[in-house]
Amino acid sequence: MSERDAGRGGAAAGAEPAAGASRLRSKDLLGIAELTADEIRLVLDTAEAMKEIGERPIKKVPTLRGRTVVNLFFEPSTRTRTSFEVAEKRLSADSLNITVAGSSVVKGETLADTALNLEAMAPDLIVLRHPSSGASHLLARICRAGVINAGDGMHEHPTQALLDALTIRERKGRIAGLTVVIVGDLLHSRVLRSNVRLLTALGADVRVAAPATLMPPGIERFGVRALTSIDAAVDGADVIMMLRIQRERMHGGFLPSLREYFTVFGLTAERLRLAAPDVIVMHPGPMNRGVEIASDVADGPHSVILHQVANGVAVRMAVLYLLAGGVDHEATA
Amino acid sequence: MAVVMDADRMNRSLARIAHEIVERNRGLDGLGLVGIRTRGVPIARRLAASLAKITGEEVPTGALDITLYRDDLMRHAVGPQPVVRRTEIPFSIDNRTILLVDDVLYTGRTIRAALDALIDFGRPRAIQLVVLVDRGHRELPIKADYVGKNLPTSRDESVRVQLQEIDGRDEVTVARADGADPAGGAS
Repeated sequence: MSERDAGRGGAAAGAEPAAGASRLRSKDLLGIAELTADEIRLVLDTAEAMKEIGERPIKKVPTLRGRTVVNLFFEPSTRTRTSFEVAEKRLSADSLNITVAGSSVVKGETLADTALNLEAMAPDLIVLRHPSSGASHLLARICRAGVINAGDGMHEHPTQALLDALTIRERKGRIAGLTVVIVGDLLHSRVLRSNVRLLTALGADVRVAAPATLMPPGIERFGVRALTSIDAAVDGADVIMMLRIQRERMHGGFLPSLREYFTVFGLTAERLRLAAPDVIVMHPGPMNRGVEIASDVADGPHSVILHQVANGVAVRMAVLYLLAGGVDHEATA
Repeated sequence: MAVVMDADRMNRSLARIAHEIVERNRGLDGLGLVGIRTRGVPIARRLAASLAKITGEEVPTGALDITLYRDDLMRHAVGPQPVVRRTEIPFSIDNRTILLVDDVLYTGRTIRAALDALIDFGRPRAIQLVVLVDRGHRELPIKADYVGKNLPTSRDESVRVQLQEIDGRDEVTVARADGADPAGGAS
C-alpha cells in the first residue's frame, strides 16, 4: 500500500521506512549549529525536488496557501530577500515585506517590540535579517511563529550554507571527502560560520585562508585548517569559496588597500591552476570584482556563481515547506 | 492477511490493461503515461513496456509527485511529514491523452491532487485513469478508466501493494488494520 493512503484508512503509522530524518525537529531554522547531519540532508533532498518547480511553465504549487510569511529585514539585502520572496510566491504563501531603515544600533528591545506587533497579525513564519548576532534566537523565544534566520550579524546565515551545499552536491555528487577552501573576510562572515559547520558535519575537509587581521581567533576549533596563504590553501582544492570583503563592517585598519588585498589574496586564473582540474568556484555575492576575485574567474568555466542563485530559491522553498507545510511543531515538540 | 493478487495475476492484469488502452485509443498516437509516486511509477513503466511489445511504439513516460498538492498537508497534527520527491515529466502534456497511473484507488483524494498537479504542466487533450486495485470508498466524484482488480474492502482494512522494483516481489495483500500484520509496514 502506498504511503499516501496509509494515514487515511484509519490505519496507524505506516509511512515508508524513511532513511534519516523525515522532518525538522524545531519550529525555527536559526543556524546550521542546531541541525543534525540527517536534517541537513533532508533539506537538500527536498530542495532537489523543489528545483523542478522552477523549470515548469507554471512555477507555482498550492502548498502554503493561506500561510503568512513576514520578511523582516533590518539590513539592506537584495539577493536574499528576493530569493525568499520568490520561494514564498512559488509555494503560494502570502508574504509581506518589512524593511527597517538600516540604523546599525537597532537594539534587542526594538526588535522585541516589532516582533510582538507582528505577532498580532498571526504570521506562520518570520524571515529575519538583522545586524546583531543572536537576533533570530531572541525572536524565536518570544514569537509563536517559526523564525528563519536570513543572516544575523557575524553569526550564521544557514540558508546560504544550504544552497552552497546543494550546489556542491549537484556538481560533485557528494560532499564527504571533498577539499573545500574558503578564502576572504572570514572575521566578519556569517556565511563562513554556517558553511564550516555544515561542511564539517557532512564530512568535507575544510581549509580557510585570510590575512591574519581577518582570521577569526580559534577557528581551528571548528575542525578546519587555517592558512595565511591562498596558494597553499587552493592547492588541490575541489571547491573554492570566495567571500566578500565587507567594507561596511570594517571600522579600522584591517587591510592596507584593496589593491594589495587582490594581489595577495585575490583568486586569479593563475592561482586557479593550483586547484584540482575540475574545481568549482563559488561566491555568495555580491562580488567585488578585482578585490577578492578576478573578473575572468568569476565569469569563467569553473564558476558556479549563478547556479548558486538559482539553488537559493529551491533551498528556501524546502525550508519554508519543512517548517510551515503540514506539521504542527508545537503539538509534537 | 490475505493475498488477493500474486505476481502472475498482476502481470496478466497489466497485460489486459495494455490491450484495453490500445483498443480504446485506437493506437498509441498522442498518448503519454504518468505514474504517481511512489508505486504508480513502476506500474507506468511496465505498461509502457507492454504497449511497446504490442504495437512496437514507445509511449513517453513520466513520474508525478503530488505531495505539494495534498489537501491534508495542514491537517496532520502529528505524524511524519510527507517527503517531497521530484516530478519528472520529460515531454509536453499539451494536446496529449495522459494515462495517469496509480497503485490503489481509494478515497480519490490522491487523484484529485494529481489532476491539479498535471494541469499545472499544460492542457492535455484528455486524462484517463489507470489503477492496479480499486478498493472503493470514494470521497470525491472520481472513477477509474482501467482497473486491474476491483477489490471490495471495508474501511478498517488496509491494502498493500508490493512491486518487484521497490519491494522485491509482486503481490497485493489485504489486512485488518487492527490485526497482526506480520509484514508490518502499512497497517
